Amino acid sequence: MRDGAQVLSLRGATKRFGGLVAVDGIDFDVHEHEVLGLIGPNGSGKSTTLNLISGALAPTSGTITLRGAPISGQPAREIARRGVARTFQLVRLLPSMTVLENVTAGAVFGHRRRWGHAAEAQALAVLEKVGLAGAAQSRVGQLTYIDTKRVELARALAGDPEVLLLDEWLAGLNPTELEQGIDLIHKLRDEGRTVVLVEHVMDAIRSLCDACVVMSSGRKIAEGTPGEVLSDPEVVRAYLGDDNA
Amino acid sequence: MTTRDWKNLVLGAVLLGIAALLPLTGDAYAIALGVNIAMYGVLATSWALFSGPTHYISLATAAFFGVGTYVTASGIDVLPYWALPPLAGIIGGILAGIVGLATLRLSGVYFVIFTLGLAEMIRQIVTWRQNATGHKGSYVLTDLTENHIYWQLLGVAALVYLAGWAIGRSRLGFALRIIGDDEQVASHLGINTAVSKVALFIVPGAVAAIVGAMIAPRYIYIEPSTAFTPMLSFQVVIMAMLGGTGRLWGPIVGVIPFTLLWEVISVSFPNQTTLLLGLCFLLIVYLLPNGFVGLFQKIHARALSKEAYQ
Repeated sequence: MRDGAQVLSLRGATKRFGGLVAVDGIDFDVHEHEVLGLIGPNGSGKSTTLNLISGALAPTSGTITLRGAPISGQPAREIARRGVARTFQLVRLLPSMTVLENVTAGAVFGHRRRWGHAAEAQALAVLEKVGLAGAAQSRVGQLTYIDTKRVELARALAGDPEVLLLDEWLAGLNPTELEQGIDLIHKLRDEGRTVVLVEHVMDAIRSLCDACVVMSSGRKIAEGTPGEVLSDPEVVRAYLGDDNA
Repeated sequence: MTTRDWKNLVLGAVLLGIAALLPLTGDAYAIALGVNIAMYGVLATSWALFSGPTHYISLATAAFFGVGTYVTASGIDVLPYWALPPLAGIIGGILAGIVGLATLRLSGVYFVIFTLGLAEMIRQIVTWRQNATGHKGSYVLTDLTENHIYWQLLGVAALVYLAGWAIGRSRLGFALRIIGDDEQVASHLGINTAVSKVALFIVPGAVAAIVGAMIAPRYIYIEPSTAFTPMLSFQVVIMAMLGGTGRLWGPIVGVIPFTLLWEVISVSFPNQTTLLLGLCFLLIVYLLPNGFVGLFQKIHARALSKEAYQ
């Protein structure tokens, strides 16, 4: 599916924290309607890369463009308005609000902004999509873990983003929940969403991703379909060490 | 607007109308208490508009209030009185905007300390200037009575409630609640957190300055230590918290009993007021962490769950 228009491109994206280079000159493109998996061992810079895209961190150098327009160095709010929505590695909901209000927040302030009944209708539609239609009036404190993740996903979807960033959205789920979670992301993929996901769950990567970028120690070490990169000796070495390659 | 909105609007107008009848009793003591309640009611309600959703505890009320009294004190000989409260509002709003830009990046306790220091700093500047020019205080002599001051404050109260009601239904109000819950989420949703916070911080700043300008004729003699008294900032915070900041009607529910209590304390124990203020604060935080609003909601929720079991 690498025939869609380029939505997001990273060129030489670099992030230094003092002497540590967390992300070292990363290049990749995300095409329209594509699910791109960003994978690699712990500490390889995947989440930092996601933070550079969403504007949580500003890149030290390099450029990131969204539909040809540079977004690198812009504040997070500007990048969100241009159409990048995200979930967080540790779920972040708005604790004083109901599920519906949490998702309405995404519909009111996201990429496509609505207000009043239109925002609420959008929020309800997205809640329905993630399977939480019945919990609209619940407090977020009453939710199970996977449901908090669903709310966060719904909030990100409510603004109709151009690109959706999922930071280990499947992490911490039990086997049943994991199945539901993978189904849900499959549904997004079938809808033609453009998604970048950071993930450790290999089954999910194989079944969900059109393309993968593998990172190790801040650098890109492989790129291709999940089948290609997961059999790449360098990728195996990065994950398992030299003896297994 | 929904039927419920209309009902609340009519109810609010009726209550304000009844409150406006107080001077007709001719009871000077009741009217003096009424001025206090109206003053603290306006200050606490406008304070809660910003500090309620954001959880930024501002102790700057006295700074803006003091600036307002000094607008009247220094302008009364030059301008007609009616021009002074609006002028104070504009100056207070601009000052709040500048302070907001400088401080709203600060988090938690740093913000609290800065706002407390702000009132003290302005007080010192005014004192220094007065010492330099040689006159210590200034007189505000008008023919305004307590009744006039009371009605003016009720008018401001009506405006504050309308503003609060409108903000509560606006994008700005929603943005502030999101910021109060999680600022990082807010910015990733596309909210301009700095602009939103400053925009709403201006409201209590302008209102406190207007109230100060209106109260000045009551003081007659204006000096920095009364105009900028830090006690005022603390009282506003305590009253708003006693009532609860989660609802627009919350602060006034705290203001009325606290003003009456304060009256008793300052008459019976004039030398221990600060001590007793601190004690009240501890008790409120300990017993009513979410104020009367929280208590009311708890009782309401309990009643609902009881019904569900029957």
